[in-house]
Amino acid sequence: MSKELPVIKVDQVNELEHAVVDGIDISGHWNRMFSQRAISDYPTEAMDWVTSLAGGESLRDCYQCGKCVPVCPVQHVGDYGPRKLNAKVLRGNNLLDDPDLWLCTTCGNCYRVCPKEVDPLRIMPAIREQAVLEGKIPDELSDVFRNLQKSGNPMGESPRKRIDWVAEAGVDVPVISQLGRPVDVLWYVSDYTSYHPRGKDAARAMARVLTALGVDFAILGPEERSDGDSARLAGESGLFELLAEQNIKAFSKYEFQRLVVMDPHAYNAFKNHYPRLGWAGEVLHYTQFLAPLVDDIEFRSSVELDVTYHDPCYLGRNNGEYDAPRRLLQAIPGIRLVEMPHTKSNGYCCGGGGGGMWLDGFVADHVSERLSERRVREAVATVGMDGSGVLSVACPYEPSRFEDAVKSTGNDGRLDVRDIVELIDQAMQPSGS
Amino acid sequence: MDYVVLLKQVPDLAEELEIDSAGTGLDREWMSYVASEWDEYALEEALQLREANGGTVTCLALGVATGDVDEVLATCLARGADRVVKVGSFDESPDSHAAAAAFAEALEPIPHDLILTGVQAIDDLDGQVGPLLAARRGMPHLSVVTHIAVSGDGRSVTAHQEYAGGVVGEFEVDLPAVLGVQSSREAPRYAPVSRVRQLLKTATIETVDVAGGGPRSGLVVESMSVPETGAAAEMIAGNAQAIAERIAELLAERGITGGAAR
Repeated sequence: MSKELPVIKVDQVNELEHAVVDGIDISGHWNRMFSQRAISDYPTEAMDWVTSLAGGESLRDCYQCGKCVPVCPVQHVGDYGPRKLNAKVLRGNNLLDDPDLWLCTTCGNCYRVCPKEVDPLRIMPAIREQAVLEGKIPDELSDVFRNLQKSGNPMGESPRKRIDWVAEAGVDVPVISQLGRPVDVLWYVSDYTSYHPRGKDAARAMARVLTALGVDFAILGPEERSDGDSARLAGESGLFELLAEQNIKAFSKYEFQRLVVMDPHAYNAFKNHYPRLGWAGEVLHYTQFLAPLVDDIEFRSSVELDVTYHDPCYLGRNNGEYDAPRRLLQAIPGIRLVEMPHTKSNGYCCGGGGGGMWLDGFVADHVSERLSERRVREAVATVGMDGSGVLSVACPYEPSRFEDAVKSTGNDGRLDVRDIVELIDQAMQPSGS
Repeated sequence: MDYVVLLKQVPDLAEELEIDSAGTGLDREWMSYVASEWDEYALEEALQLREANGGTVTCLALGVATGDVDEVLATCLARGADRVVKVGSFDESPDSHAAAAAFAEALEPIPHDLILTGVQAIDDLDGQVGPLLAARRGMPHLSVVTHIAVSGDGRSVTAHQEYAGGVVGEFEVDLPAVLGVQSSREAPRYAPVSRVRQLLKTATIETVDVAGGGPRSGLVVESMSVPETGAAAEMIAGNAQAIAERIAELLAERGITGGAAR
């Protein structure tokens, strides 16, 4: 927390006639290059500062090999790049005032290929946390932080309205506080699934699928709060802890066998980060919960669609689940599953992770197109544009995000965006309904 | 220049408010509390004035059992206040007479040149704390102000009051003085939860006891009710298409546009 540390300008590079590192003179012989070899000595304060932060340590390990360059989704659409982050810090920029600090979506594709295991999933939140503490937060992001703090959801809606979607589900959705008995499945519905007009479709579909399967389930209802994972990755670790404490308090009040979640970010938070805050239990993404039950699903119609699937970064690459969503899709009658070029561990990020969901305006100033737009164009190229193509998703950020991108790329009417559970629900209805 | 900001907590309107079984107050079961919006404007103004002119910002908040006054004060520190003080201990939010008396007493040992508070709060709207406090301490007072500026010699401030018809009055007020703030020049800055939580563990929150007593407002809430929905409005239901058609129909019926929607 060295607030006093100034941003150090690049022009402070020193050229030394002799450089001694750990007592060894590495200057080389005078005639090695037929002239004095210039040895650059950069100021080390910025790198020392970043690597002193918990989580920032691995930035120093980068040796500029460039393997991250072709896989970083943000580098495809602008000047940002993971390798450049290291270079900037080496040259004295601590990133606190650099827009690059907010462009990483923490998708993890660079970490996947990095031979030195430089990990932006830990580095970016660590530096962002310092920026947040100094009040250097893009306005649109601080508005969302405020909403999360006040109402437990990014929209700033009333916690009690979290349950409003239930009215149109067409089936009974029990709230665990009213049930008064243990359940098999506590279903964590998530923010966008609960509140977003388009996100609610997946909640209603899920309610019908769970009911048809005879699952003993209940929801938290108004007691549910945002999982907080995206706030954590955007640097507000205190807000993440606050929300986690509220959720853990609610989880601890009730008896259930397992937690089933709609949102890969919630899955990541509950599975990988809530244990250190005091809650550990079985957590399943809804695709993982439904995949083993797929033979019990009674399909009544065939959907006849060309479908491709977008791997969510926090279900696929960062948590290793690629098969469950595909098993479900392949079981739906009439679906022809086609993979996009960027798939599975090399899946292309939608741009919504790590706070990107709430930085649309900020990011737009630094990229040539949104990641969601690029992904939609890839989907259209894969499943065609005759209107029978579907981009299927398994993350509540996506339906609205990709539908906006379908429109903004001029593909309105050519590509549908559907959550996998919506497709299951559709095929469970008799044809024509 | 020593700035003092007075704050209190009010029910959070993110929750729908319900009336309690007695019918004279709000049901507290689902209620959460936040710092009053106008008090947050007052704090932001104080911080902006300190940034421009130097000095200190001290925040005083009423110690009320409902809500979490420590968190409100830690949030003030997170935003940049220099010192925070919890004033008195009340079972529930006191009326403006009791609040003004408590603040007046607490201010005795605290250096103050300019006292800023929100012009009003959603739970009373009477806007009396500023004037009552000023009267108790014999200071000038101005309410509903924006655009506060400190004079060159630091002995007075100017502030604007806005009137109907786009007329603005500019006042000069001798210090020390009390101002009721209508809004701040910038939206209140975000207080990182990380910082607030750190401060809740480490910061010093001073407390002052106040004698209380003195005259009260004399007002008693006899009953509280939700306003009834009037019958004059037609609520248009249905999907977007149906709603659009109905609106077009109404506009056409009343001769505002030509044909119906297609």
